[in-house]
Amino acid sequence: MYEMDRRDFIKLIGMGGAVIVMETGITEIVMEMGSSAGAATMPQETLTFIQLSDTHWGFNDPKINPDFAGTLKKAIAQINSMKSQPDFIIFSGDVTHSTDDPKERRRRMAEARDIIAGLNLKNVKMMPGEHDAGLDNGEAFQECFGKTHYTFKYKDVNFIVVDNASDSTSSIGDTQLEWLSAEMGKLEKESKIVIFTHRPLFELYPQWDWWTRDGAKAIDILMPYKNVAVFYGHIHQEHHHMTGHIWHHAAKGMLFPLPAPGSLPKRVQLPWDSAHPYRGVGYRSVVPKTDEYGYTLTEIPIAEV
Amino acid sequence: MKKNLLAIGGIAIAIALTLVAAPLLSQRLAAGSETQGSEQVIKITAKMFEFTPSKIKLKKGVAVILDFVSLDRHHGFDCSGIGIRTDIWPGQVNKQRVVPQKAGTHEFHCDRFCGDGHEGMSGEIIVEE
Ligand SMILES: [Cu+2]
Ligand SMILES: [Fe+2]
Repeated sequence: MYEMDRRDFIKLIGMGGAVIVMETGITEIVMEMGSSAGAATMPQETLTFIQLSDTHWGFNDPKINPDFAGTLKKAIAQINSMKSQPDFIIFSGDVTHSTDDPKERRRRMAEARDIIAGLNLKNVKMMPGEHDAGLDNGEAFQECFGKTHYTFKYKDVNFIVVDNASDSTSSIGDTQLEWLSAEMGKLEKESKIVIFTHRPLFELYPQWDWWTRDGAKAIDILMPYKNVAVFYGHIHQEHHHMTGHIWHHAAKGMLFPLPAPGSLPKRVQLPWDSAHPYRGVGYRSVVPKTDEYGYTLTEIPIAEV
Repeated sequence: MKKNLLAIGGIAIAIALTLVAAPLLSQRLAAGSETQGSEQVIKITAKMFEFTPSKIKLKKGVAVILDFVSLDRHHGFDCSGIGIRTDIWPGQVNKQRVVPQKAGTHEFHCDRFCGDGHEGMSGEIIVEE
C-alpha cells in the first residue's frame, strides 16, 4: 500500500513531472504517473481522453458555487476550443445531483444530456454515481444514458466501466464481479487496461462512503494484470493511491471540492471562495504513455474561453 | 386441580404486577428507552437525514439493546467502534444487542445512500468506563 504525501508528490514532479502553462494562462502541473523513475520520455502520437466528473446538474446552492448553471457549459466551451480534440470524454458519475422525485431526476438527466450534446466531440461515455443511480438502482440513468457497466477499446487501450453506484450498499455485486472477471479473462496479462468507477475501489475513507464494499474483490481480479490503472470520481478532489502495482486516480469535481479524507468532522461541501473562483474544481486530460506503464495526467481548471 | 388453579392465580398476579410496574419502570428511564429483561433498550430512529438520538451514552461492559426504526426509506447504521453494522428497513423490527468493549467516542453513520443529505447523516456513541 502506498499513500502519496506532499513530499512524494514533489519528488515525483522532480522525477518525471513538468510544470507547464496552459492556454488559459494558469500554471498547471503535469504529473507523470507510472513506473521507471527518471525515464522522462516525450509522449508520442497516442490517444487522449478527458475525464470529467461529478457535474451534479441540479445542484443550486450559490454559497457553494454561484455559477452552478454555467460551470459545465464553460468546460464544454473549453473542450470545444482545444486545438487537438481528445479521442473521447468520460463523465465519471454524479452527472446529476440527487433528488427524491423520479420525475425531477429524469428532468435533470435530460437537461444534462442536452448540455453535454453541445460538445463537438461525439465520443461521449457516461457512467452513474450514487446521486444518479443510488435511489432507483440506476433505472432513470439507464433510460437516459444506457448501460451502467460496459467495455470499449481505443487504439491499444482496453477500457472497462464498472458500476459501483447503482447498488445503494456501495457495492459492485457478485453478478457484475463475475462479468468483470470474464471481461478481464479476454485480455492478455500485458494488455493496457483502464478501469473507470465512480467510488474508489479501495478503502479510502469508509466513514464518508469513500470506498466500495466489495472493492477488494475487484482489485483481486485486476491484480494479475501488469498494466492496470483505475480512474474514479466521487471524492471531488485529486487523489493518487496505489494498491500493489495498480494506480487509483481520483478526479476533481466540476461544481465544488470536498475536504481531504477525514480532515473535517463532516464531509461538507467546501464553500465558494470569491478570491479564487472555481478553486478545486476542474477536469483532466489523460494520455497513456507509449513505452512504459502509466499515464500523463493534466489537470485543467475552469476558465472562460 | 387445585394446583392448576393456584398456578393460574399466580400467573394472573404476575401479569397484574407487570402491568402496574412497567409504566413505573419506564418512567425512570430516559425518553426512548425501556428495558427488555434487565437490559436497557435504546430506540434509534433513522429518517432523511438524521438519527435520533444522534448522541448516545453507553457504559463499557454493560449490555444494551439497540432498537432501529426507519421512518421513511432504507437506511444503514455503521459503528465500527462498537462492532455494529446493520440495515434499517421501514416497517421491519431490527434489534441488536451490544456489549460495548472500548471506551471512547465512536462515530456512526448511515451507510446506505439515502439522498441529498446522506453524507451528513451521522452521530456518535460515547462509551464511558
Ligand atoms: Cu458520488
Ligand atoms: Fe459527487
